[in-house]
Amino acid sequence: MTAQPTADDPKTEAELDLESKQEDVERSFAGPGERLEILSPDGTVRPGTEAPMSTEQVRDALRWMMLSRTVDVRAISLQRQGRMGTFSAVRGQEASVVGSSFALDPARDWIVPQYRELPGVVRHGFPLDGYLLYWMGNPAGGRVPDGVKVLPLQIALAAQLPHAVGLGWGLKLQGSESVVATYFGDGASSEGDSHEAMNLAGVMRAPVVFFLQNNGWAISTPRTKQTAAANFASRAEGYGFPGVIVDGNDLFAVYAAMREAVERARTGGGPTLIESQTYRMGAHNTADDPTRYMEPVELSGWDERDPIRRVTAWLRSQDAWDDDAEREMQAGIDRQVDEAIESAEAFAPPNPEQIYTHVYADPPERLRAQQRAALDSH
Amino acid sequence: MATMTMIEAIRSALREEMARDERVVALGQDIGQLGGVFRATDGLLKEFGADRVFDMPLAEGVIAGSALGLAVSGLVPVAEIQFLGFTHQAFHQIAPQIARYRYRSQGRYNAQVTIRTPFGGGVRTPELHSDAIEAQFVQAPGLKVVMPSNPYDAKGMLLEAIRDPDPVLFCEPLRGYRLVKGEVPEGDYTVPFGQSRVTREGSDVTLVAWSAAVQLAERAAERLAEEGIEAKVLDLRTLVPLDVEGLVSAVESTGRCVVVHEAPLTAGFGAEVVATLQEEAFYSLEAPVARVAAPDTPYPIASIEDYYVPSVERVVDAVRRTVSAK
Ligand SMILES: Cc1ncc(C[n+]2csc(CCOP(=O)(O)OP(=O)(O)O)c2C)c(N)n1
Ligand SMILES: [Mg+2]
Repeated sequence: MTAQPTADDPKTEAELDLESKQEDVERSFAGPGERLEILSPDGTVRPGTEAPMSTEQVRDALRWMMLSRTVDVRAISLQRQGRMGTFSAVRGQEASVVGSSFALDPARDWIVPQYRELPGVVRHGFPLDGYLLYWMGNPAGGRVPDGVKVLPLQIALAAQLPHAVGLGWGLKLQGSESVVATYFGDGASSEGDSHEAMNLAGVMRAPVVFFLQNNGWAISTPRTKQTAAANFASRAEGYGFPGVIVDGNDLFAVYAAMREAVERARTGGGPTLIESQTYRMGAHNTADDPTRYMEPVELSGWDERDPIRRVTAWLRSQDAWDDDAEREMQAGIDRQVDEAIESAEAFAPPNPEQIYTHVYADPPERLRAQQRAALDSH
Repeated sequence: MATMTMIEAIRSALREEMARDERVVALGQDIGQLGGVFRATDGLLKEFGADRVFDMPLAEGVIAGSALGLAVSGLVPVAEIQFLGFTHQAFHQIAPQIARYRYRSQGRYNAQVTIRTPFGGGVRTPELHSDAIEAQFVQAPGLKVVMPSNPYDAKGMLLEAIRDPDPVLFCEPLRGYRLVKGEVPEGDYTVPFGQSRVTREGSDVTLVAWSAAVQLAERAAERLAEEGIEAKVLDLRTLVPLDVEGLVSAVESTGRCVVVHEAPLTAGFGAEVVATLQEEAFYSLEAPVARVAAPDTPYPIASIEDYYVPSVERVVDAVRRTVSAK
């Protein structure tokens, strides 16, 4: 039923619609009251909690967050100029991605990503120019350099979760102390793979952290259409392992929750599901038009909870940050991003022959013949 | 040499390879304690222990998907999907994930994964257990599709599959599990992929088949011999890689061909065989290539399946028409 404006209740249909959408968004934060929160939006540490990272670590994390934001801006602009394919920005989720990755040891832990975790996988060793190259449409960008413990970005939502479980379980069977962190979205959580993977991880006590980024949206579909449950983390109980909710825009809470989950996995305690409640402060990707399903107020309301602002406010309160520091850090990041873009654009353009490479170790004769025929006709 | 059934040959390959290479692990539904619903893995749990043989939750998608992760971790998984008809539940992990992981990662990661799975009709199973959907996997570049018809091939090709750095879908003929017996050498040997085999010589017509349809073609050839028609039988053995040369030369030698398979007619792998012959052997053909297949219907309930699965009579009829065509 559509509500009509009346003398008593002068709200228009559009206003009511917006209200209900906002309620939907807010509802996703109405967990059972057990949401880990440390750093408040104003940059103060909540009473009874403390910062889990050193000032130095926080500055380092902030750098990754600012780098991520900078890459978003530059990549979107490159896309508009036709120099970049579709790009999914991290904007709004920097604390979620960076805070969780900081609890991982790139020398022994693995990241099994979805596609919205740029600063995490780059911190883990995936080169920034390679990442950009991939989205510029060069297959070479898909290659994770040898030794870097990251699996390829995943486009088929949730399909990465079974891989992460197999990887963690296999490493454990071989006596390793590595931990696998896998990322997925609130949308991906509805896929059957998500259930099957978490269930198996529980049964095998695989050293896997399921890091669910609940950013409120799966393209245009609000989180309330993914599940009727009040939150995602409570699913973990059904799989026999802990589930926790964190304020995903709070670097400290994300890091603390992840550190605990990683420690549990490393010491044989099995998997954890972390629901990171964050917000996608922008379009799904460069091909999306969020004005068709989001009201402007939804976006501006989130500015106050901007995860970067919170961290700089805290650093200022520790006398560890000022405008000069910010300018200096930003200048360094700009140079780094410039260089990565330059390097990606200078990379040899893809060659049609690459269509045929890396399909098989030893390609069937039929495929070899197709390759010869195609090359002859060029 | 020992005489073995298909299932014994498969079990002996698994045992020997698990003993030879400690990276090899087996996973699937009911494969441990029970030894598999057809006993293909009988004894493996006892011999190799619970760190190498895994009874899995009832979820085909994650059996396949976790096998890929196990492979990335450095192990060599051999997964069993209880019936090919239930690979639908795992298709999204097999075709777009396992098959193309090497490609996606530009060679950084390969999926050394073997997926064993039985299929095929004539054994009165409940719905979906008999479906011959092998052609669906042929459209998954990166994957090899292997269809042994006899115990010798089953063992040698399973060893080849497990050692292949690329993923292999290894389809086992349900009907032949205990029925088809043959000589199998002791110890290690492999059968390379992409090499078809003539299992019966003949000069009038070539019957092309794989898996359980090979025995069907051979029975039809015996019947035809009684009426003076000499049929050659070609076992393709693997659909990917396809032995185009072997196929073409086997058909050129007779000028006539009938393809036999259990899958529904339309876009079954027989269509690919016919198209290939049209491209490569057109001027040697003396008659249109015929197909004997299941109709384009779902697999029917067991009591009427004999009218669905290709029979000796249908193959014989098709050959008679092909041979008499001018
Ligand atoms: C299996 C599958 N179905 C559909 C899509 C198309 N698609 C791409 S992103 C997306 C939304 C994903 O939402 P979520 O998992 O919440 O991740 P987010 O984009 O919010 O980070 C959809 C539907 C896909 N990539 N994979
Ligand atoms: Mg989302």
